Amino acid sequence: MARGLFAESGADLQLVGIRKEFPGFTAVEQLDLTVPAGTFFALLGPSGCGKTTTLRLVAGLEEPTSGRILLGGRDVTDTKPHRRPVNTVFQSYALFPHMTVLENVAFGLRRRGIDDPLGKARSALRLVELDALADRKPAQLSGGQQQRVALARAVVNRPALLLLDEPLGALDLKLRRQMQLELKSIQSEVGLTFVHVTHDQEEAMTMADTVAVMNRGRIEQIGSPEEVYELPRTAFVANFLGQSNLFPAVVREAGDDAVGADVAGHRILVPRSRAQRTEGTITLGVRPEKLLLLTEEPTPIAGINVLGPGRVTDVSFSGVSTQYLVEVPGAGTVIVFAQNLVFGPVVEPGADVWLSWRVEHGFGLADAPRGSALQQAHEALVGGAET
Amino acid sequence: MSGQNQAGLVLGQETGAELGEPPRRPRRWGLGAGRWLLPAYCALALAFLLVPIVYTIAFSFNDSVRTNIAWRGFTLDNWLNVCDEPGVCEAFGNSLLIGVVATGIATVLGTMIALALARYRFRFRSGTNLLLFLPMATPEVVIGAGLAAQFLTAGVPKGIGTIIVAHAMFCLSFVVVTVKARVASLDPALEDAGRDLYGSPGQVFWRVTFPLLLPGILAAALLSFSLSFDDFIITYFNSGPVNTLPTYIYTAATRGIPAEANVLSSAVFLLAIAVVLIGQVGAQARRKRLGIATR
Ligand SMILES: Nc1ncnc2c1ncn2[C@@H]1O[C@H](COP(=O)(O)OP(=O)(O)O)[C@@H](O)[C@H]1O
Ligand SMILES: [Mg+2]
Repeated sequence: MARGLFAESGADLQLVGIRKEFPGFTAVEQLDLTVPAGTFFALLGPSGCGKTTTLRLVAGLEEPTSGRILLGGRDVTDTKPHRRPVNTVFQSYALFPHMTVLENVAFGLRRRGIDDPLGKARSALRLVELDALADRKPAQLSGGQQQRVALARAVVNRPALLLLDEPLGALDLKLRRQMQLELKSIQSEVGLTFVHVTHDQEEAMTMADTVAVMNRGRIEQIGSPEEVYELPRTAFVANFLGQSNLFPAVVREAGDDAVGADVAGHRILVPRSRAQRTEGTITLGVRPEKLLLLTEEPTPIAGINVLGPGRVTDVSFSGVSTQYLVEVPGAGTVIVFAQNLVFGPVVEPGADVWLSWRVEHGFGLADAPRGSALQQAHEALVGGAET
Repeated sequence: MSGQNQAGLVLGQETGAELGEPPRRPRRWGLGAGRWLLPAYCALALAFLLVPIVYTIAFSFNDSVRTNIAWRGFTLDNWLNVCDEPGVCEAFGNSLLIGVVATGIATVLGTMIALALARYRFRFRSGTNLLLFLPMATPEVVIGAGLAAQFLTAGVPKGIGTIIVAHAMFCLSFVVVTVKARVASLDPALEDAGRDLYGSPGQVFWRVTFPLLLPGILAAALLSFSLSFDDFIITYFNSGPVNTLPTYIYTAATRGIPAEANVLSSAVFLLAIAVVLIGQVGAQARRKRLGIATR
């Protein structure tokens, strides 16, 4: 096998029009994405959306029904898995139970005939701080230790591309945070391209340079964590990555800079550049932490949206912030996160409040969350607009 | 005649030993009947199972002339000169040869079939499953007679070859069933990991799949050998002029079994016990080692 195949640095990955059908089920509908070399890419999505299938396609363990896979510009679609410079940390770790930890880590090196496989395996185990347990069998390790062995077994090969399939899923929260930092530092240390699959949005956002949000076999949005969080393009992304307040709205005016829409009788503005659609029925969104809770009706100011009055129905204190639920007639329940700048909540349940936010913090979506009352309202509005 | 019965006895002895342990249950019956009823029952059952074996072993040391029915005194001659009695050693050798070759064929074929059945979906999969089940469900007489008729029609002379074919055939089913269970318990992600870690299909098989299936394959081979070594009915129909140990003993029994046959049977029995004991001790040592290591 050509030694040159195994890069000392990461390679970029390109998926072009990938589709994967299983008998009677399409796991990946249509996938186009590029992962630049040396970056930490997170594939985020709910369970069953096709993340594992995507990784298996890249590793070569499944064949795509159509589309091409390019690695460092080279088409590897028809390359067998053992000839691809790609390694995987499996969701279930898949450590070989009949081999010691050391032999597990040396497995890939031995298959490629690399010099001094045991020495290199030992230093990989040192990287994950498990060199003391090299002679144990996998069954004698804890879940977290097994996870690190699986990581060492993959990293030791210095693959151009490392695939991680929810490797931290089985760990408790504290260990998970610790492993997230370790993974991130290993990635910058060895300079490989990481594709990390997870259903934990916080994990994706803290670790990745680029996040792709996947749903039902499609990628809904790709971008930096800030980009995707601050400007979600679909209702699914708006709710899967953090929380959002979404309101059905009808566009009344579309200016050059902003779009004005009617939400339960209030005129709400959204920047034109942040609206996916500028006519008809749209969904207006704003993040809960962008909302300001006011106890008196504010005087209208340019650049500020106001919704209200509404009634506070619930107040829950969570340390750094307090979450308020506000029932606004016609707009539904609105969530507000307020930082605890003073002791205790500023209002009690039952109080009448107004909500305000800066126009540039809002976003406009062309769709509505699936199966929600909002979607039904949305459809009714769309139907109404069409007839 | 020997193998399977003895295997049964080994098991019987083991469970018997467990039951026969001093009762540790609460003294609910005080000094009543329960105290000795169960041990007595176990002792009787054990005796019933063990007497024929003890008899066989004891009479292998009998200084017999022509018949080996009455005790005539202790001697080691039978053990030292087993092969003096014409036919015994030849039959034993045939049994060993047939057992080893038939087991080899059945184990290799059976393992491959088990892998195919467990892993792949193909056209005649359920048909193959059914075919493999048939030899286990069919009475041996039917298989034996059926095969004999086939060999006759095909003009194949009966002998060691036909016995091997017959044994490989019925052992195959048992191998497939045993190995298939092991394949089913094998996590397919392990083979994926092997492929992902640069293992070619051959390397993945020999370094990942095979070592993990090995306990199942060995169990299947042992079962297969004991079935073959022990088989009488099917062998009898297809052996022609060749004698295996079971057919030899069957024929000899009509005029008195020679003490040398007792020697061989005892040896096989002791060997089987030794294999079981070594296996148990080994497993215990392994458990102990792991237990200490994890603590
Ligand atoms: N071999 C297969 N045959 C049929 N369906 C499959 C197979 N593998 C996965 N699927 C289906 O494809 C969908 C996506 O699976 P997967 O990629 O494992 O999701 P995720 O990793 O995002 O949870 C699931 O609905 C799953 O049932
Ligand atoms: Mg998965």
